[in-house]
Amino acid sequence: MTGKPEQPVIQVEGLVKRFDAIDAVNGISFAVAKGETAALLGGNGAGKTTTLSVLLGLLLPTAGFIRVFGEDVARHRHRVLPRMNFSSPYVALPRRLTVEENLIVFGHLYGLDRLRERIEAMARDLDLAPLLGRPTGDLSAGQVTRVALAKALLNEPQLLLLDEPTVSLDPDTADWVRGYLETYRARTGATILLASHNMAEVERLCDRVMMMREGLIVDSGPPGELIRRYGRDTLEEVFLDIARRRRDGNDRPQDGRDGGDGAAADAARARP
Amino acid sequence: MSEPARAFPAASAAMHAPAVIFSWRRVGAMLLRHLYVLRRSWPRILELAYWPTVQLVLWGFITTFFIQHSSWVAQAAGVLVSAVLLWDVLFRSNLGVSLSFIEEIWSRNLGHLFVSPLRPYELVASITIMGFLRTVVSIAPAALLAWPLFDVWVFGLGPPLIAFFANLLVMGWAIGLFSSAIVLRFGVAAENICWLGIFLLAPVSAVYYPVATLPGWLQGVAWALPSAYVFEGMRAVLYQNVFRGDLMLAAVLLNVLYLALAAGFFLWMCRVARIRGLLLRQGE
Repeated sequence: MTGKPEQPVIQVEGLVKRFDAIDAVNGISFAVAKGETAALLGGNGAGKTTTLSVLLGLLLPTAGFIRVFGEDVARHRHRVLPRMNFSSPYVALPRRLTVEENLIVFGHLYGLDRLRERIEAMARDLDLAPLLGRPTGDLSAGQVTRVALAKALLNEPQLLLLDEPTVSLDPDTADWVRGYLETYRARTGATILLASHNMAEVERLCDRVMMMREGLIVDSGPPGELIRRYGRDTLEEVFLDIARRRRDGNDRPQDGRDGGDGAAADAARARP
Repeated sequence: MSEPARAFPAASAAMHAPAVIFSWRRVGAMLLRHLYVLRRSWPRILELAYWPTVQLVLWGFITTFFIQHSSWVAQAAGVLVSAVLLWDVLFRSNLGVSLSFIEEIWSRNLGHLFVSPLRPYELVASITIMGFLRTVVSIAPAALLAWPLFDVWVFGLGPPLIAFFANLLVMGWAIGLFSSAIVLRFGVAAENICWLGIFLLAPVSAVYYPVATLPGWLQGVAWALPSAYVFEGMRAVLYQNVFRGDLMLAAVLLNVLYLALAAGFFLWMCRVARIRGLLLRQGE
């Protein structure tokens, strides 16, 4: 006798997001399981940030259905927001507030107790202690990224949505942040969905990659499997294969859970 | 930098708690966010009090002149100064609300707020309370200065002053919420509406003259505004020493209507912003 299969943390079905005449997301479906780290990978305008925004409730979908922790996000997002958090370079923290003040404000918004203790721990973990008293607007881009990460982890989210989590970080700090996220997931069992252009980051962090292009998921699978299937050495080469197929007009979109073998064969044929 | 901290039971408890429909703690967090900014920025506090004080001095001297040359003003020496101060209640209340909201747009923070457990109506509550606090900080110095400078003790209006203040405060909230909604929809390019929009209402609010002074067709517009009832009520107190309950009732009813409409419009624009993707595109 088998137990009831665990409900995915994120379940997206037929998601469409249209801005006037532009289809930013064009009918994608995917699911992310509890404890999984998945990535939306694609070029500029592929629909990654739009997809994350709809999941967060920052955008209302034109069509489709989204469940997070089993709740319909379009109708009941406030039931799940305390269990989520996010970080994005497109959204900033108030510049005139110090780092500590920002964390206090968001700690209260998330209803956290033992807030001082929590902020001290975050500051220790993310090496923010020397920055706590400084206005956020005075920080370097890399420091701001670390502060944004602290804000994103302040409520110990069970679902973490990250848009370009290591943008503006030097390679050493970016590497450390990736390690931190890996440890965080291992300790808490959190689910992570990230959007990124950074192939090395995705290869290292993610169990599964969904390749997006022009609002569609054109292929998906574990990074190693995608690399093998496309006969390439790195995920970046896979990415380029898929991007070049757009120029060739040779494409067959795949559902997020499908293997995408057809697309891989197309890519193999197209390879010089 | 080190490994992630141990799990905090409090954080987990907060995550599993049922969603609270209205949280004063979240409203307080938003107030704290604005008070942090004000606390550190003395030019901002000074700016709050600067314009009402300058207005007071200007109109105080005009009053002094009119007392010698106008029997209407001479009958109630405080009428112009009181009008100036009460008009500033309306202006500052509007500005207090809209500035608190625009501050979030300038700092590109709306995205963080809308994905936090903060509810849109809690945001409305916090910016209206900030509007009240900013109004008090703005008006109090000018109101106190009016006594030594021009021998006008505005608090001498007595309990009716509370009714006048409350009505103008609420009308300012309504205009501030409406302006904020416009800025949310059209971006910072429309932010001047927060400063300038209210002056469209000044001529028909009968601040310095009775509604009867206006042409007939404009009188109808004036009587659709709570401010006209407040300023007529103020003159009734100063000239006839009578508190007109009927005027205040009309002002209250109109304010309830306009505040409900403005709050509804703001919440609707929040939804439009989520449809059109405006929450991620705001900023300077």
